[in-house]
Amino acid sequence: MGVALVFILVAVGSVLFHVFSPWWWTPIASNWGSIDNTIIITFWITGIAFVGVVGFMGYCIFRFRHRKDARADYEPENKKLEGWLTIGTALGVAALLAPGLYVWHKYIDVPKDATDVEVIGQQWQWSYRLPGKDGKLGKADAENITSDNPLGVDPNDPAGQDDIIIEGDDLHLPIGKPVKVLLRSIDVLHDFYVPEFRAKMDMIPGVVTYYWFTPTRTGTYDVLCAELCGVGHSQMRSRVIVEEQDKNQAWLKSQQTFAQTQASARSRTAAAADTPSRN
Amino acid sequence: MADVVLGKEEYVPPPAEVEDVELAHPHSWWTRYVFCQDAKVIAIQYSLTAIAIGLVALVLSWLMRLQLGFPGVFSFIDPSQYLQYITMHGMIMVVYLLTALFLGGFGNYMIPLMVGARDMVFPFVNMLSYWIYLLAVLVLVASFFLPEGPTGAGWTLYPPQAILTGTPGQSAGIILMLASLALFIIGFTMGGLNYVVTVLQGRCRGMTLMRMPLTVWGIFTATVLALLAFPALFVGAVMLLLDRLLGTSFFMPTLVSMGEPLKYHGGSPILFQHLFWFFGHPEVYIVALPAFGIVSDLIATHARKNIFGYRMMVWAIVIIGALSFIVWAHHMYVSGMNPFFGYFFATTTLIIAVPTAIKVYNWVLTLWHGNIHLTLPMLFALAFIVTFVNGGLTGLFLGNVSVDVPLSDTMFVVAHFHMVMGVAPIMVIFGAIYHWYPKITGRMLNEGLGKIHFWISFLGAYAIFFPMHYVGLMGIPRRYYDIGDMAFVPSSAHDLNAFISIMALIVGAAQVIFLFNLAWSLRYGKKADGNPWRATTLEWQTPETPPGHGNWGKELPVVYRWAYDYSVPGAKEDFIPQNMPPAAVRAA
Repeated sequence: MGVALVFILVAVGSVLFHVFSPWWWTPIASNWGSIDNTIIITFWITGIAFVGVVGFMGYCIFRFRHRKDARADYEPENKKLEGWLTIGTALGVAALLAPGLYVWHKYIDVPKDATDVEVIGQQWQWSYRLPGKDGKLGKADAENITSDNPLGVDPNDPAGQDDIIIEGDDLHLPIGKPVKVLLRSIDVLHDFYVPEFRAKMDMIPGVVTYYWFTPTRTGTYDVLCAELCGVGHSQMRSRVIVEEQDKNQAWLKSQQTFAQTQASARSRTAAAADTPSRN
Repeated sequence: MADVVLGKEEYVPPPAEVEDVELAHPHSWWTRYVFCQDAKVIAIQYSLTAIAIGLVALVLSWLMRLQLGFPGVFSFIDPSQYLQYITMHGMIMVVYLLTALFLGGFGNYMIPLMVGARDMVFPFVNMLSYWIYLLAVLVLVASFFLPEGPTGAGWTLYPPQAILTGTPGQSAGIILMLASLALFIIGFTMGGLNYVVTVLQGRCRGMTLMRMPLTVWGIFTATVLALLAFPALFVGAVMLLLDRLLGTSFFMPTLVSMGEPLKYHGGSPILFQHLFWFFGHPEVYIVALPAFGIVSDLIATHARKNIFGYRMMVWAIVIIGALSFIVWAHHMYVSGMNPFFGYFFATTTLIIAVPTAIKVYNWVLTLWHGNIHLTLPMLFALAFIVTFVNGGLTGLFLGNVSVDVPLSDTMFVVAHFHMVMGVAPIMVIFGAIYHWYPKITGRMLNEGLGKIHFWISFLGAYAIFFPMHYVGLMGIPRRYYDIGDMAFVPSSAHDLNAFISIMALIVGAAQVIFLFNLAWSLRYGKKADGNPWRATTLEWQTPETPPGHGNWGKELPVVYRWAYDYSVPGAKEDFIPQNMPPAAVRAA
């Protein structure tokens, strides 16, 4: 009796915890409400299955617990019942899989008008590169990395000269415009993760990965690394600021292009080289 | 299959008197207890070693929970150590405890007894298997004593990070870890071949495959999986070792580490992930299938009822085993592999839910109209069903590609896999130990202590891992030394973390009760007869308890029926042992 009750309470308690606990996902700030909805569908179907199985088990413990002179039934198989249960389960699984695959199809299908934004991970900081006036990002490779060109932008690619470089600072994005984030790492695996956007993808040295989203709410959001990248993993932070279009334009204008960073680097080196000759 | 119906078992094979001439009988203390070739002794050696190293992993989990529950309070834990704790905890629990205990421990003890063999087919190789396993454990333990400690690469050991300087244990810890894994796999292969061949070739007369207890089916299928899956980890480990030691570039692309260009060129980090998970996913079932099998037998025995749908249960084990080889990349939905793989792996992964659900239905349907004795093994079996169903259902979140995107790499994943392959199989291990301890030692474990151990372990573990899903749902990543300042995390989440940590300390401490019970009952436990649970399977029908070397005395058993003749209508007793001749059943 008591044992049956405890098992029933575990099932009921789990449901109550789910409904009444204050711990839930953070309000969404991107177009991926469809992912949240798929999670809700999954919670319903799995929740019913969990309560059903544990409830049935609890009832059996209560009803068929050992009594004096009791004897169990002898029923090796019941093909009909097993068949129906299999079909029912298959339908439940299909009801989960269909929305899952549908949303995945949208997730990997980047809209044509999405703006490219490059995110570069390295131990343990985030950098960003945005296309300049030409709307295109120049080539980049870890082979090109020098102390003056820490992101490895190809210095000979004309498309890269006007790219905007943001090192160790926040990323600003305009609200309502789809963004394709191109993910690049120059050392180990990282993962560009903003919980409010729901989206996620690992960054792999030597490969450019991607995902897309549309910011739908202005605000400041934490950027976390979601793939273990060494001792500084939990400290690898940045922020994304989603703002109105005009504010974003103003911010863009105040940033340095790749050509500008290279020019100032050259003048620094020149100044350093000049110093001894003046003596 | 005629076995299911009583009365169709008329054929009586002639008595089989087989001299046990081929066994290497012990001649001294050394060959009896140390370099022993008796599978039962090897099983106990495996089990004690696995439990000992498992206790190390338990303490590591305490340390990491101290840090997560009370960040900044325990100043001796720094980020490097935290990563070392999680890495060693994970690897020890999955490989050196669960795999070794289920296959090396239960496999060795149960297979020969349950199929009616005198011993494993290759006893000497079986003995070597244990000693190489022990060596692997010692190499692993040695890495704790290195100046910079063991590797902190995470149990998945993903390159490039695993072998670069930003990760603790880069100079030697990672080398010992990879070497230890390679040794483990060599040792396991020796044992694994034994288990498979013994099941296929060593069964006694009448023990057809479809009469084997599900415990044997579970361990047998899991061993086949392990023999096919571990080689992928082996080559992955060797290649990573070469990358680390000789500067090859199997997994290492051109990269700049801490401002320093390295000489690697052209390797693929993702290749390692494919190799790792080609092993890693079947590994889940290497742990789960023996648990499925054992729990089926615990439920049938203690509910005094045949397992419902035996043939479905066997096929479900085989199908789950086969499917487990084509789902591995569901661990890699957000790894950056070709996104089109997502459709395939989500589909195969969710299909596995069907045979798995059938198994769950059949367990609870076995309880229906049963005669349920709430013994300790039964309680643990029931706890297994609850935790396994819970953990299995959250697998439907993570296996369903787009749902996995926000949840992957968060604490939701940690909660899921602990529930499904941590808590659930360990409930079965406890149930199995309470069940078979009287056969192994001749004494019962203390029931009062067992009940305390059960309720704390079951409810405590559930209270640890059920709320942890919601920590992940909030978006908190796993493998974080410190949540630190995250604007989206409410302060109440820290209270939840503290609660989880306190439960973890309590559940861990409760295992002392279990260990005490194991030791105390060895001497002071109630004396058990040969078949205290009145079970049908062969291991309970041995002439001696504990069974002697060779198991069966002079005459091998002959099997007349399946393993589940409980509460057969018309029979006097509510169980008919597999080896009871039909004439004896009629006479009774």
